[in-house]
Amino acid sequence: MTASPLLAVRDLRVLIGGRHILHGVDLDVAPQGVTALLGRNGAGKTTTVRGVLGLVPRTGSVLLDGKETVGLPTHTLVRRGIGYAPEDRGIFAGLTVAENLRLAERRGADGPAYGLVHELFPELKRRERQSAGTLSGGQQQMVAIGRTLLNGNRLIIADEPTKGLAPKVVTEVAQVLERAAEAVPVLLVEQNLAVVRRLARHCVVLADGRTAHQGEADGLLGDAEATRRLLGVGRGPLAPFTAEADS
Amino acid sequence: MSTIVLLTMTGLGLGALYFLVASGLSLIFGLMDVLNFAHGALLSIGAYGTWWAASGQLPGAGPGGWGFALAVLFGTAVGTLAAVVLELAVVRPLYTRPREQVLATVGVGLAVPALLSGVWGSDARTFPGPEALSGTFALLGADVPVNRLVLVAAAVVVLVALRLFLGRTRHGLVVRAGVEDRAMVTALGIDVRKAFTLVFAIGGCAAALGGALGGLYFGSVDPRQGTSLLIFAFVVVVTGGMGSVTGAAVAAVVIGLVQQFANYYTAAGLGDLAVVVLLAALLLVRPRGLTGRLA
Amino acid sequence: MSTATTPAPAAVSTAPEHGRTRLLRWWPAAVLVLLVVAPWSALPLPGLLDGPVGSPGSLQLLATCLLFGALATGYDLLLGRTGLLSFGHALYFAAGSYATNMFLLEAGLPFAAAAVLGVCFGAALALVLGSVSLRVTGIGFSMVTLAFAQAGSILVSRDPGGFTGGEEGRAAPAELLPSWLVGIDHTANLYWIALAYLVLTLAVVHRAVRSPTGRVWEGIKENERRVEVLGLKPYGFKLTAFVLAGALAAVGGLVHLLLTGGSTPQTTTSDFTLSLLVMVVLGGTGTRWGPMVGGILYTWADHRLGDLAGSGAVADLPAVLRVPLSQPLFLLGVLFVAVVHLLPGGLARLPSRLRRTSEENR
Repeated sequence: MTASPLLAVRDLRVLIGGRHILHGVDLDVAPQGVTALLGRNGAGKTTTVRGVLGLVPRTGSVLLDGKETVGLPTHTLVRRGIGYAPEDRGIFAGLTVAENLRLAERRGADGPAYGLVHELFPELKRRERQSAGTLSGGQQQMVAIGRTLLNGNRLIIADEPTKGLAPKVVTEVAQVLERAAEAVPVLLVEQNLAVVRRLARHCVVLADGRTAHQGEADGLLGDAEATRRLLGVGRGPLAPFTAEADS
Repeated sequence: MSTIVLLTMTGLGLGALYFLVASGLSLIFGLMDVLNFAHGALLSIGAYGTWWAASGQLPGAGPGGWGFALAVLFGTAVGTLAAVVLELAVVRPLYTRPREQVLATVGVGLAVPALLSGVWGSDARTFPGPEALSGTFALLGADVPVNRLVLVAAAVVVLVALRLFLGRTRHGLVVRAGVEDRAMVTALGIDVRKAFTLVFAIGGCAAALGGALGGLYFGSVDPRQGTSLLIFAFVVVVTGGMGSVTGAAVAAVVIGLVQQFANYYTAAGLGDLAVVVLLAALLLVRPRGLTGRLA
Repeated sequence: MSTATTPAPAAVSTAPEHGRTRLLRWWPAAVLVLLVVAPWSALPLPGLLDGPVGSPGSLQLLATCLLFGALATGYDLLLGRTGLLSFGHALYFAAGSYATNMFLLEAGLPFAAAAVLGVCFGAALALVLGSVSLRVTGIGFSMVTLAFAQAGSILVSRDPGGFTGGEEGRAAPAELLPSWLVGIDHTANLYWIALAYLVLTLAVVHRAVRSPTGRVWEGIKENERRVEVLGLKPYGFKLTAFVLAGALAAVGGLVHLLLTGGSTPQTTTSDFTLSLLVMVVLGGTGTRWGPMVGGILYTWADHRLGDLAGSGAVADLPAVLRVPLSQPLFLLGVLFVAVVHLLPGGLARLPSRLRRTSEENR
């Protein structure tokens, strides 16, 4: 990475319930495009994201635009311009779609970008008053991503946004993320390698709570042996059921 | 027939009192996961504050008419202030230690009634009330004390106000979301701690109002009142669902009625027992509580 | 007592310290000896006690302190060792007291039989209510215990059938008790019984905590799910702790009956369990001596503050001081809040915290 990273994580360690989950993760998020965070199940990807945001107790260094953020409470850090779509989507089931979006509003220079969100997700405008708990998985994911686009965020963090979605919806989500990444850098945690291949420029691979590899995404995914070694997947019975989304 | 009417009105009045205490308790537990053992103390503070003001200590306040309204306002304000102080000084510093938070509220719940005993003695004190509210009115052949109606009216007002607050304001939105998923609210850039203080203030306000009007209902105030009402408030909160104001309202009415009817038609005291056993039974049948928050 | 390891030759210089530490380890035995001989002592402890140590009044107070020290230790088996926050522990204490009393009064049984049956009743009650309460976990469990305790309290004060004596309690029939347990001349005997109860509780808790079951309790306290993953069912272990603690509490109730000469409904109130909670947290949950220290200090403070409140000295003070000092529960409640904030881990962990701060500052 030639330009200085937007987010620089050094030696991130997380301790939960007496057990070390992360043993010193290093991670750079490029200031442009999508940086993918990869690894097998249990490697610590979601924990890394939560550690970066301060949702779990952590030690180490997390620099956003060169400024240290470890020590800041989550809500202050997020207000510096981070949009977060968590793994379980973080939708408030008892609230309506509109209320879910409203919660993400922040007092900013331009006001919330509802125009953009409704353009990308016309469904959300139609279902404004629907209780968010009755939405389908794909629709909930749209709300989650829509929330990250409402404010002029400097970084979007999306944790497995395509998990559990039908192939057609996976494509839609990938398209939206692609568009978003043109304006805002994205840290994308993903297991779906087809999506990663399409979107990611850089990638970081975790294994057992540590960084195993950082580099260009094409480089890693083009190397079948490395892919199999680091991610445990390849051409074989255990290859993920990916949609043919390489369009 | 007139007995039934009287029992119903008394049950509703008691239910209204339970709701006033339980509504705040429910929001506090729903949002903060704190079982506030000091909530009964907030009720007592409201009761004594009103009593003190209405006894002529506060200029303009008195036992009758608008003076009494002022006294109630004063008592409620003192209780609200106490709740805010409680949250800021005792609960907030222990944010990362939930069990210690509960213990700290237990300590306050022990200390405040003792303090009230120390200042005004542990005997019950007669509660002054305006003439207009101390009589009875005829309803379907029964003579129902007016104070039952006052309590029910106050509870309805509080219920409506709370629903408007929760449904129509941004702060209320934050509280509703926080009850569901506090961490996610934080991850959206909202400082939940402000919501905590707000919810404590609301709870304190409702409880103090309950104390003030409860004094009217019982005709007296004593330092133990809040603590003995607290367990019934717990039953209401568990039955109605943590964080649900409407649930608390329904549960409060049911509990109040069951208690009154059971107390009258069986040996006295069995109604109280029934209610408490109901709490245990409910938790056993639905170990996760009615909204899955308890286990 | 654990055997000392043979000091390595290079550590010869630490040998004298080793010896001193070995000697220090016998301090509980020394204290026990002091406590046993106390009734024969005429030592005055002004401020701490009203009369000389051996006087009936002082012995009564000491016995009460020891009783609650034991009760707190038993309660900590639940709170500090297994992680169970029960708000209904007082119920089993009261059960031991009331049941024994009733077996004496109503069934006319001899004392020994009534005592055994009373304790068995308390333990059985703990088994029944515990098996029901433990079906819920977390704060739900705490609330169920609170509900049961409240139900017990209501039952005792409404007094169906006239057994419990309602609001006033019931005095133990002096004529049915062995003569050496009755009367002010035999206060020393009651004191020794309280001391024996303390030693019993400490020994039982200590053995239980060191046993394999105790290790499972520790696991449950840390992370119950992990215990399940290991293939163990936490429910049975938690119930064991509950019944054991309940049985110990029932014995305490029996001792209390002898010590105070009756059963009182005050022991069924939630305030009573809450004061147990204060004792344990004050002293330090999960430590060997902490709950005992907390129980002794709290009981002593409660009594002394109560005496102070009733004395003439306080009545003359200005209201600002008089009011708080006349209400022991206020002072203790405030102290509790302060301890929770400032001294997490209680008094028992204070020395190690001080040591750590002094090491950090070196």
